Amino acid sequence: MDFNDTPEEAAFRAEARTWLAANAPDFVIRDGEVLSDAEEVARGRAWQARLAEGGYAGILLPRSLGGRGGAIMDAVVFGEEEGQYHLPKGPYIGIGLGMALPVISKHGTPEQIERFAAATLNGQITWCQLFSEPAAGSDLAGIRTKAVRDGDDWVVNGQKVWSSWAHHADWGILIVRTDPTVPKHKGMSFFVVDMKTPGIDVRPIRQISGLSDFNETFLTDVRIPDANRIGAVGDGWACAMTVLMGERLNQGGEGKNGGIAELIAYAADTPRDGGTALDSGAVRVALASAYAEEQAEKHFQARLRTMVSRGENPGALASVVKLAYTNRYQKTAGLALEVRGLAGLAPPAGDTETRRIQYDYIWSTALRVAGGADEVLRNQISERILGMPGEMRADKNVPFDKL
Amino acid sequence: MNFDLSDEQKMLAEQARGLLGERSTPDRLRSLIDSGAEWDEPLWREIAAMGFLGAGIAEAHGGLGMTELDLGVISEEMGRANVALPFFSSIVLAADAIQLAGNDAQKAAWLPRLASGEVIATFAYAEGAGGWTGNALQATFAGGTVSGIKTPVADGGIASLAVVLVRAGGKPALALVPLDQPGVTRTRLDSFDQLRAHYAIAFDSAAAELLDAPAAGQAIERLFDRAAVQAAFEAVGGAEACLTMSRDYAMQRQIFGRALAGYQAIKHKLADILVGVELARSNAYYGAWAAENAADELPLAAAAARLSAIGAFENAARENIQVHGGIGYTFEANCHFYYRRERTLTLSLGGREIWANRLIAHIPGSQAEAA
Repeated sequence: MDFNDTPEEAAFRAEARTWLAANAPDFVIRDGEVLSDAEEVARGRAWQARLAEGGYAGILLPRSLGGRGGAIMDAVVFGEEEGQYHLPKGPYIGIGLGMALPVISKHGTPEQIERFAAATLNGQITWCQLFSEPAAGSDLAGIRTKAVRDGDDWVVNGQKVWSSWAHHADWGILIVRTDPTVPKHKGMSFFVVDMKTPGIDVRPIRQISGLSDFNETFLTDVRIPDANRIGAVGDGWACAMTVLMGERLNQGGEGKNGGIAELIAYAADTPRDGGTALDSGAVRVALASAYAEEQAEKHFQARLRTMVSRGENPGALASVVKLAYTNRYQKTAGLALEVRGLAGLAPPAGDTETRRIQYDYIWSTALRVAGGADEVLRNQISERILGMPGEMRADKNVPFDKL
Repeated sequence: MNFDLSDEQKMLAEQARGLLGERSTPDRLRSLIDSGAEWDEPLWREIAAMGFLGAGIAEAHGGLGMTELDLGVISEEMGRANVALPFFSSIVLAADAIQLAGNDAQKAAWLPRLASGEVIATFAYAEGAGGWTGNALQATFAGGTVSGIKTPVADGGIASLAVVLVRAGGKPALALVPLDQPGVTRTRLDSFDQLRAHYAIAFDSAAAELLDAPAAGQAIERLFDRAAVQAAFEAVGGAEACLTMSRDYAMQRQIFGRALAGYQAIKHKLADILVGVELARSNAYYGAWAAENAADELPLAAAAARLSAIGAFENAARENIQVHGGIGYTFEANCHFYYRRERTLTLSLGGREIWANRLIAHIPGSQAEAA
């Protein structure tokens, strides 16, 4: 066991640090700088192009796709160094690198890889994910958006939801039902779709936070050329699984460091009975326990990375961090507001810290649902790690149109 | 970076698990309780012969000179088998105290005999419900003797030597006190953990010497931190045993026409236990790594390991009985060993409040740290 860099990791870290110091500052979102969504995406594309020039775009992707062909530890090291700068790295970049490229490279044709890989790596093409529907979330295979073959095209009709940043995406990865007469997992196919195609209507969702990160996307008689189908007709579920596995492995990175230390400082800043809120034993125990959990998530993540770097598949263990992190995030944001007392409800103007914690408390509800809801993750852990029985299902081996 | 046990450590774990699992069976534990035994003496001789007792003791003093992580691997298996052995008292606490604070002569006199298992020692720190911090610490060393009452002291009946937390010249210090002498009176207490005996020990001008190596001043905190990491490993082992036990029971128990393990209420409960165990294990690993490689990070790492381990084992021990239902309340089922041992591990060295304070005091940049 060794927490320090190996000589190779240290050398790569030094190289990355030098390159970032020379290149990153021009793209940094500075303190107090306010960017519109469009400006942020534009800067994100430009930073991605610079990364591609430097050979640091898609560190884990094979060289044949224009990536670096690096090891997971290279990606970790580069991510840590890049994380020292506040750079535009939102879903508009992450969906392309973490979802679109893996599915295209695994299931796509050589022509499709040629067309999309380099352009995604260098930020020319941004992506959104058109998976969930109003009646198909955790049960993704329940999607109803359908595609019907018409000559060289498919005609798509339906509604997708929770598509992050779709209003600024060039292309979407899309799963649709192509055969409702077979059981639900077998009747789906996978496409890439140009978001400027007529019939696509992206509408922002008004969220409980007051923001609109997510959209609903209506598809009305949208024509997609068959050349943009990824994988065989009926293989949509396998493609979707490739995407979702990548999503789960990437989620661990959300375990932000320093979060609980900030809340401890916040409690120490909150006056209470002549002292501070941190004088309370109950507050100390709750915050110290949360800090311990935050550290544990970080160290657990290090264990997963060690497994991946040896070529082992952590499988459902990857669910552990997401489940722990999102629940701790909600619990501690709620606790912090309680520590603040009534001023946690309505802070004075200028108390940006309390406003941020209020936002965390709202946003945590989305994280517990998105990308694997708590309940789905617990099922995965108990079934795949502990070997407990799967859920009883009413939809197995029943044609979709008979459900 | 590599954050996993080495192949050698995995083999050590397997070896310890094999032996302890074979000897420290539930039936063996039940018979020890029924006979009022304070420990499993034959098993102690056996693990001594395997070298487990000397794992963390320097080679110069008859040990194997292994790391905190190696010791942690053994502690985890001690926890899994819920052993009736003075490993934590004699090795993790007393021997480590002598290593950290003893002078060369003290180390040479005692460590080889602790490593061989010939001598059993314990660490006497608490003074009743007030604990051992601040003014609660009343036992005093003066003029080569110790006076005061320590209670409860784990394994205080079978030990022939105690490291005693005392005041010496107004400051906390560690004294070495042979227990078989006229100035020492030991009274067995009714121990909540039926597999770890506790005693009240009264010292009345008992002959003693201070552990007085030059670094002895910082030794007390370091001793507690290192022991907290080992206790965390022991708790992880116990918690994982509870998880396995409840999973196995739920898989074979039929209810309303199917396996109990098929119900989401049970699946989700066990998934949460697994999350707690894996997080606690991760912090224990880091604590052991910090103990060897980053001494300045040890207080924070040890407190984090301690808090995570308490939470994980507490939940696992409670829910294990719950999953078993009524059978879990019987002496014949095996849940109760862990339910009681969990309280032993959580209350020994101090519970959440003490370690939360220690953690917050050591967060980088905190006011307490500055002070």
